[in-house]
Amino acid sequence: MRRLILNAALTVTLVLFASVSTGREALPMAEDPKLEARLETLSHELRCMVCQNESLASSRAELADDLRIEVRELIRSGKSDQEVKDFLVARYGDFVLYRPEVKPLTWVLWFGPFLLFIVAAIFLGVYLRQRRALALPTALSDAERERAQQLLKG
Amino acid sequence: MKKVLIPLVLFIGLVIFLAVGLKRDPREIPSPLVGKPAPHFSLFTLEPGDTKFSPIEMQGQVWMLNVWATWCVACREEHPVLVAFSDKNQVPIVGLSYKEIQPQDPAYKSPFDEKLKLARERSQVWLKRHGNPYMTTVMDLDGRVGINYGVYGVPETYVIDKTGVIRYKYVGAVTPALLADKILPLIAELNKS
Repeated sequence: MRRLILNAALTVTLVLFASVSTGREALPMAEDPKLEARLETLSHELRCMVCQNESLASSRAELADDLRIEVRELIRSGKSDQEVKDFLVARYGDFVLYRPEVKPLTWVLWFGPFLLFIVAAIFLGVYLRQRRALALPTALSDAERERAQQLLKG
Repeated sequence: MKKVLIPLVLFIGLVIFLAVGLKRDPREIPSPLVGKPAPHFSLFTLEPGDTKFSPIEMQGQVWMLNVWATWCVACREEHPVLVAFSDKNQVPIVGLSYKEIQPQDPAYKSPFDEKLKLARERSQVWLKRHGNPYMTTVMDLDGRVGINYGVYGVPETYVIDKTGVIRYKYVGAVTPALLADKILPLIAELNKS
């Protein structure tokens, strides 16, 4: 019985210690989980300007670190996601957004593929129609029919 | 004939598209700051002491802002061009020392005053060795001013007009050809107005 209590006590202490130690290590992140979550989602939508095919979230470039710090502070000061994006667009241009806004300058980017698709579909339609016209069986003339009969008899 | 011609034309079109794409510099991103007022800052200058510099001091003249650092390799290539250019005294150039103390530097975590002192020393030595084209250099230790100017690669160069509006931005090392063909005509035009 005493052993059991001792065991239980030991387990409880271990568990407590474990939770304390993990809690401490995660402190910078857990300081404000909501803020970090917003930073996380936002930085997935922002491009790292140095390594252009990486998002701010995945980039290890120094500028990306600086920008993450900047974004974190903007969020902390109560800026909305849109305001944070506007802040970066004002400095780095639309290119910083992975999903650029829909505006005249980005129309080609957004609608170009659909336009190409429509053009391709029209071409395909015209082509198919032409082919069908070619493949249509035409009636045989009398002379042709006669010649065919002869050949078959042959 | 038509059967060969259409794919051929399409193919040539594609090749032209790809060739143009290859030639384009992916770093050449239009800056939204061109045509906007140069962001305000007030930073310590290179010279020891508490002197600060702010772009307001340049009101009424056309000037250039050049972002550099002693650790920047492309700056070393650009520097002689700037020194030769500044000898002609056509336009004042203000240097912006961008994050002189890098994160991997042991001194990165030391207090601000120490970092500033070290950054000043390193920059002074560098400018003494390579020549100093700058009217003054300001110390942007944490890169926050750099962010406001949309800096993402050093060196970068800005041309700012008499009213404090950014008229031109170039990312990368300035070349004599760029100075002669683009920057000088622009400065001449801005000086007239």
